[in-house]
Amino acid sequence: MFKQTYAITVMNLRAIPQRLGTSSVIVIGIAGVVAVLVSVLAMAAGFHKTVANSGRADRAIVLRGGSQAEINSSIARDNLLTILDAPGVQKDASGKPVGCGELVTVVNLPKIDDGNLSNVTLRGSCPQLPALRPELKIVEGRMFQPAVRELIVGAGAAKQFAGITLGSHIGFKESDWTVVGIFTTGGDAHDSELIADADTVQSAFRRSLFQSVTALLTSPDAFDGFKDALTTNPTLTVDVKREPEYYAEQSKQLTKLLNFIAYFVGGIMAVGAMFGALNTMYSAVSARAREIATLRAIGFGAGPVVFSVFAESLLLALLGGAIGAALSWAFFNGNVVSTLGDNFSQVVFRLTVTPALILSGIWLALFIGLLGGLFPAIRSARLPIIDALRAQ
Amino acid sequence: MIVSLKKVAKRYTRGKETVEVLHSLDLGIEQGDFVALMGPSGSGKTTLLNLIGGLDRPSEGEVVVAGEHIDRLSGAALARWRARNVGFVFQFYNLMPMLSAQGNVELPLLLTKLSAAQRRKNAQTALTVVGLADRARHKPSELSGGQQQRVAIARALVADPTLLVCDEPTGDLDRKTADEILGLLQTLNRDYGKTIVMVTHDPKAAEFAKRQLHMDKGTLVPGNMP
Ligand SMILES: Nc1ncnc2c1ncn2[C@@H]1O[C@H](COP(=O)(O)OP(=O)(O)OP(=O)(O)O)[C@@H](O)[C@H]1O
Ligand SMILES: [Mg+2]
Repeated sequence: MFKQTYAITVMNLRAIPQRLGTSSVIVIGIAGVVAVLVSVLAMAAGFHKTVANSGRADRAIVLRGGSQAEINSSIARDNLLTILDAPGVQKDASGKPVGCGELVTVVNLPKIDDGNLSNVTLRGSCPQLPALRPELKIVEGRMFQPAVRELIVGAGAAKQFAGITLGSHIGFKESDWTVVGIFTTGGDAHDSELIADADTVQSAFRRSLFQSVTALLTSPDAFDGFKDALTTNPTLTVDVKREPEYYAEQSKQLTKLLNFIAYFVGGIMAVGAMFGALNTMYSAVSARAREIATLRAIGFGAGPVVFSVFAESLLLALLGGAIGAALSWAFFNGNVVSTLGDNFSQVVFRLTVTPALILSGIWLALFIGLLGGLFPAIRSARLPIIDALRAQ
Repeated sequence: MIVSLKKVAKRYTRGKETVEVLHSLDLGIEQGDFVALMGPSGSGKTTLLNLIGGLDRPSEGEVVVAGEHIDRLSGAALARWRARNVGFVFQFYNLMPMLSAQGNVELPLLLTKLSAAQRRKNAQTALTVVGLADRARHKPSELSGGQQQRVAIARALVADPTLLVCDEPTGDLDRKTADEILGLLQTLNRDYGKTIVMVTHDPKAAEFAKRQLHMDKGTLVPGNMP
């Protein structure tokens, strides 16, 4: 049985070059599906990784009650002081609480690759920033000073946008800003922001409220006490979250969207590729009807014939899957992608084509090949021998 | 008696219509015989040959070939029976285009327990018998029609079947080549004792056989019965 199957399969595979056109339908179709699926999932994985890297368990973000994101939130200056005075907030050497009232606004900058204007987040923070976010490191230049229009640029943003190198001047809303430093946070969401002093941003953009307060706590365990103090304070209506929790919520929508694209678009393409494979294998079987009938007349069983059809469609599918995975790896692995974050600003992250993703792409390819080969294989087994021998 | 058909009828049903192609047919063929089956187109020659070769089953009657009631065998058992007992030669050779002459001839041996070396050796012997030992590596597309039919004959006899069944084996060949192929079949019958049933339209071809049977409208014509 094995040697028969092997002989027929090898014979069929050697005939593939003669049916290159139809055989490549399987390969190309499946390569496309796998390339799209792996790339989009790599995007989702990269995005997730970026967001998962943002935040620390001993840092809390305070938003107005019921506002899901910073962009919808507002916090008055009086409340800022109340919040930072709450128990559990870390104090610096001079006894000042380590925390900042922050606001974000969206500005437009030209992208380096095509010159098109795109959204970037400009964050207003405070001089406590280095203590609040120790992961933020100035790699070039220096920190911004309060009361002057100076800003620092995240390394992710610096890679994507033109005109924000050290010493550049940028005009926002009739105000002129100077880039005094480049910082990196190691790849979290702030890495693609511009940051300046909150008071200066408020005056330049004619705003008086903050949007969030971020505070460093004495320890991760201090969170509950801090949260209780704020939520039970009758003068405040706020939501208090640990940073990782907040970022996970923020990324949920986009991760959902990317997964939806991967599985929905990938699914539709997969169905298309499946029909392509089906068609190819049907035509392979009918082109070989006479050969199959002759083999059956000689005494070959249906098993080896059926198996050889599966083997051919699986092999072509595997080839397609490998090409698709290789394409997405070659073109996208490690690529920097920026996407519209939930607060309508660019989040820059890296596509990571992991071995697990490649493997799931290959599995999908094999699954498509298996389904595409199923009915043609059944047909090959049921082929009426004498009719196929009669046909000229 | 190597082939024995008793009261065999064959009907084909297409939609609501049923046509009877063979009517209550009796036939006996002795071991070592070479029978030419003649008759007008549509008279049922191929249908009869398919029943003898175990490719099809009768609607009625019994077919005993090589001591087996093949009308009672299941599909898989029938396939195994064919592998052991019947060698087929077709009008259009039906060789596997991707295999060499050698590979084609080895095909039936894949169904036996022979080792790869034995398979190679037996195939070479069969190719020598048909006079094509020097073309073993050639693909069918590199061979003439007559040479392809010789490869097909080598494939039919390599597993040493009880019976050779040939449906118009020279139908697609010119006179000279046809005579060579028929001479080869005659040799296989005379010197190797192969029982052969051959369908042909060609009276000259039929003369190579020991015995001629004539069919008309689904029955054997009585005048020609032995
Ligand atoms: N699968 C089938 N379904 C219906 N009718 C069939 C089928 N196969 C054969 N027939 C009919 O059976 C009759 C005998 O066919 P058969 O092929 O046995 O004739 P033949 O003597 O071999 O003819 P030829 O010399 O043209 O090859 C024909 O009328 C044919 O149309
Ligand atoms: Mg016929």
